[in-house]
Amino acid sequence: MSWLKTHWWAIGLALAVAVALFSPLASSHPDGLERVAEDEGFVDRAQDAPYEIIPDYVLPGVDNEGLATILAGIVGTLTVFGLVCVLAWVLRRRVGRAVS
Amino acid sequence: MHIPDGFLDTATSIATWAVSIGGVGYAVRRVKQELQERQVPLIGVTAAFIFAAQMLNFTVAGGTSGHLLGGALAAILLGPWAGVLVLTSVLAVQALLFQDGGLLALGANIFNMAIVGVLLGWVVYAGLKRLLGERTWSTMVAGFVAAWLSVVVASLVAAVELAVSGTSPLSLALPAMGAVHALIGLGEGIITVAVLGFLRSARPDLLALRGAGSQAGGAR
Repeated sequence: MSWLKTHWWAIGLALAVAVALFSPLASSHPDGLERVAEDEGFVDRAQDAPYEIIPDYVLPGVDNEGLATILAGIVGTLTVFGLVCVLAWVLRRRVGRAVS
Repeated sequence: MHIPDGFLDTATSIATWAVSIGGVGYAVRRVKQELQERQVPLIGVTAAFIFAAQMLNFTVAGGTSGHLLGGALAAILLGPWAGVLVLTSVLAVQALLFQDGGLLALGANIFNMAIVGVLLGWVVYAGLKRLLGERTWSTMVAGFVAAWLSVVVASLVAAVELAVSGTSPLSLALPAMGAVHALIGLGEGIITVAVLGFLRSARPDLLALRGAGSQAGGAR
């Protein structure tokens, strides 16, 4: 129980990764902005990115597209988690430092 | 709603980048004053969940899809300033790693979704909570309305940017973006309320923690 109390974030992160597992089921229809861009005829103005790492949320080099999507989702979820935790850790109030 | 490069002209890209740098810089200063160490994991988990949930496009009418933005949800769980940083981080990773949303357009995307979406979601949620009182259903109603409005208003701001850039006239872009995102916003509201309801039963202290944080100098 005490492990759960201090490590509940691991369960939260596992839930987030679990959400990413459903990514192959996502709708492949154009999103709201893409729909408007197609309807209004300016979708062709979109430019390709100057470089590509994991384009379209499909991990390159994995043949199975569903698996590649899941792996891309896991990579992204963990990257965002790590980045934001480091950022928040750096920015946290350091009131405890003088006390402890 | 992630704008790719090519939709915005140079002036609009630079102007929105400048406003976003200023806004995110202010959020960083506020977070530095307020953020307690014990809140760090919650911020990380919220960001991770929002990224994952943003991958799950759901179909709305007419062969169009939408996905959670999470701006209102982040503001409700973390407060407005940590919420701005979370959405900014998600958008930055999507642009840099996944080529979702342009690099020149990242300033506009941060402005629309991380600044307007989060702050508007927060103002609406906090205002409705004050109006409706501290009840379970008022959290859900306020959460739904805040989520819906944050998506719709963010899409209208994007429409203005498209119009200013000469990409699409305002008379077309504004109603088109507003109409489709009024539908997508319903999904945003449902998911936001579902997460709030789940947390209320699983970890009621997390929502209470947010209230304590705001009293300690958060949103006044």
